[in-house]
Amino acid sequence: MDYRLRIDGQDHAVSVPEDMPLLWVLRDVLGLTGTKFGCGAGLCGACTVHLDGAAARSCLTPVSMATGKEIVTIAGLSSTRVGRAVQGAWLAQDVVQCGYCQPGQMLSAAALLTDNSDPSDDEIDAGMSGNICRCGTYQRIRAAIRHAADELSA
Amino acid sequence: MTGKAVQMGRREILKTGALAGAALAIGIALPARAAGADKGGQAFLPHAVLAIMPDGTVTLYLPKTEMGQGVHTAIAMLIAEELEVAPSAFSIDIPPGDSVRFGDISQSTGGSTSMRELWAPLRQAAADTRMALVMAAARKWGVKATDCRARDGVIHRLDETSRLTYGEVCLDAAAWPLPAGTALKSPDDYRVLGKDQVRLDGEAKVKGTAQFGIDVRLPGMLTAALQQSPVFGGALRKVEEGAALAVAGVRQVVALDDAVAVLADNYWSAQQGLAALEPGWDEGPHAQLDQSAIVEPIVTAVSGPGTEAFNQGDVAEAMKASRQTVEAVYQQAFQAHAAMEPGNCVAHFTGNACEIWTGTQIPSAVRKQVASATGLPVEAVTVHNFLLGGGFGRRLEADMVLRTVQIARRASVPVKLVWSREEDVRHDLYRPYYADRLVAGLGEDRKPVAWRHHIAGSSIMARLYPRYYKGVDGDAVEGAKTIPYTVPSRRLEWTRQESAVPTSWWRGVGGLRSAFAVESFIDELAVAAKSDPVAYRRDLLRDPRAVAVLDLAAERAGWGRRLPEGQGQGVALIHLWDTYMAQVVEVEARENEQPRVLRVVVAVDCGQPVNPAGIRAQVEGGVVFGLSATLFGEITVAGGQVQQSNFHDYRVLRMNEAPLVETHIVDSREAPGGMGEPPTAAVGPALANAVFAATGRRVRTLPLARNLWV
Ligand code: FES
Ligand code: FES
Repeated sequence: MDYRLRIDGQDHAVSVPEDMPLLWVLRDVLGLTGTKFGCGAGLCGACTVHLDGAAARSCLTPVSMATGKEIVTIAGLSSTRVGRAVQGAWLAQDVVQCGYCQPGQMLSAAALLTDNSDPSDDEIDAGMSGNICRCGTYQRIRAAIRHAADELSA
Repeated sequence: MTGKAVQMGRREILKTGALAGAALAIGIALPARAAGADKGGQAFLPHAVLAIMPDGTVTLYLPKTEMGQGVHTAIAMLIAEELEVAPSAFSIDIPPGDSVRFGDISQSTGGSTSMRELWAPLRQAAADTRMALVMAAARKWGVKATDCRARDGVIHRLDETSRLTYGEVCLDAAAWPLPAGTALKSPDDYRVLGKDQVRLDGEAKVKGTAQFGIDVRLPGMLTAALQQSPVFGGALRKVEEGAALAVAGVRQVVALDDAVAVLADNYWSAQQGLAALEPGWDEGPHAQLDQSAIVEPIVTAVSGPGTEAFNQGDVAEAMKASRQTVEAVYQQAFQAHAAMEPGNCVAHFTGNACEIWTGTQIPSAVRKQVASATGLPVEAVTVHNFLLGGGFGRRLEADMVLRTVQIARRASVPVKLVWSREEDVRHDLYRPYYADRLVAGLGEDRKPVAWRHHIAGSSIMARLYPRYYKGVDGDAVEGAKTIPYTVPSRRLEWTRQESAVPTSWWRGVGGLRSAFAVESFIDELAVAAKSDPVAYRRDLLRDPRAVAVLDLAAERAGWGRRLPEGQGQGVALIHLWDTYMAQVVEVEARENEQPRVLRVVVAVDCGQPVNPAGIRAQVEGGVVFGLSATLFGEITVAGGQVQQSNFHDYRVLRMNEAPLVETHIVDSREAPGGMGEPPTAAVGPALANAVFAATGRRVRTLPLARNLWV
């Protein structure tokens, strides 16, 4: 099937099966490798992208459901004010370790902050518990989300 | 393949011996390069880790693998301090595997050895390089080197009449012999070491441009999905290729002795093709193997005699004379590594050469193993290394690379093999299942006078270095042979007990296992002595550095303060990998509920801190990693197959379960100790001790969450 996809502000045309997950369209068909594969089962959040501003697990999102939507990956996160605040906070809090989970973490955090500009600790935990970090950067992710929230409300 | 021993030369085992806590790298030096030998005389290459170009570029060739632990940043700091450049000034190059290039410095990364190994030689190499540049400038000016000084990549005359950049003098420096033995800075003059440095790889990782092995794409490359024999030791009996080849995008099916792979234009098509296959397996000798048949012999072994690993005094006599004996058996489960980046490798085999692209902790050993597997000379094998999305010891093995090479040899194009998470969990090389039995005799003063410890489990050392295995696994007994506490008579025994489950290094290595057993047991002795766990430990310590971290953690945690009902504090102390660490865990444990870890206070003395910010990151991350294993981590076997497959049944800590971690670093001028393993090793026993304090239940068999309320 032929699909048009709008990814990080750019239009792409692909010809792939309709049930092919967006993750593999991004990584293997288009060569956009910023979005990561972690579990393929919606369990880890490494593959998180935005579809029309909402966080989605691209490993479980068939390409047919992503067409016609505004897709944002880590490469395009800095195009929004919230995204820039999140990336700035990630650097300020020196969050990353191996970094592999972090694109997904930042996309989830940006979606959380878009919905709720001043999340409580419990709301942060609830919004982020779908994203695993094996390196254990959770404490800094929490701090970075608060940092970004402060930045956004300033 | 996983059981195959790797033959290694004497030098190799000495280098890798560091992994087992063997003597470290005293006097290791980087080989000096013939001046200006490379790049057509267009650069100053003082030694293998640095290149200085006339345009001022300073390239740092990383001799270690960055897998999240911050070694890139720490290495840059070591060199920056003595070279007199900013840590962020380097352009970074990840060199291919090469066992000659770095001389005595091992390209292997593991066992918390990097800073211990590199601390002396890299600073010396950087100081000598700086001296060469200063001397070149002094020659130009016709002054003495002592009339010049270097700062931020610029050489100044002390009278400030002239200045030259490193780039301007580098070719002249290259034409002269490299100075040796340049005096190193006094710690009082450090401008970089011991100061917080944000990660140098942070920006690329935040932008999402950092490239991991799994991101490699080559022209004409096919991507492969893999299914290996579900039963350990099984073989592929038959496979009908047709069903896979009918899937759009599938190009080839590769049948191997014990696995089948489907090659396609993309990973999704490869997985669809694999799912369409119905391979038949010969299940082999382990088809009936269950967990109990693996565990029973290990647990039984520790109640009998083992091979002596250490003996001091007459333990039997001392035990008889003691007033009270305490005995406990601890069991620790098989663990998978489950790094966030699943296993992957790209290989291109052309018949007379083989090129590999992968993230590995052992690039030069991988090169040798690919050479021996293919029959190619080592020079015909190239191993390009990448950032790792977590290592934790998994990439200290070459099995994933060798598997990819098997497939690539049957294809005419480069092949990228990607492990599904399910394959990654079910075909890991696991942390061994271990049992520890400890018996202590307490004297009149309730202090231990006799101590007997017997460890049983799989030996990783015996598999990897069979020629050097002399009946005791030096890694497995680390942290049990030497303990922080004074006990007059002590005996340690070891029994090697293998099963069909392949085993390998896992963050914390043998010391972690010892730490759980010894630190749980000393807590049990404190209880038997009706003594406070911190005070009881302190009474048995002689080393002031150990006392200092214990007291610091206790003080910062508010040890002994009143806690709400259902909460408890637990402590653990380790001296491993040349680092002293104490942790106090605070936990809430309500009946029939999963315990909640509230707070972890960590005091660490790892010698001269290289990057305090990096140390804190390792503590925070290592604590989470250790909590995952202690609370949940468990690989079990039924019918010869691993029962877990993904993050739903191989649980790891999530953000809502992650405690607040506070790190307190002792200022020290001692040589640096390791920081990758200690936080993971110390948190397990501190948690179990806290759960005991909260509930009165002593969990001796891990994982804790499953065994607490049964
Ligand atoms: S890869 Fe999509 S949730 Fe894990
Ligand atoms: S930073 Fe390594 S998995 Fe999150």
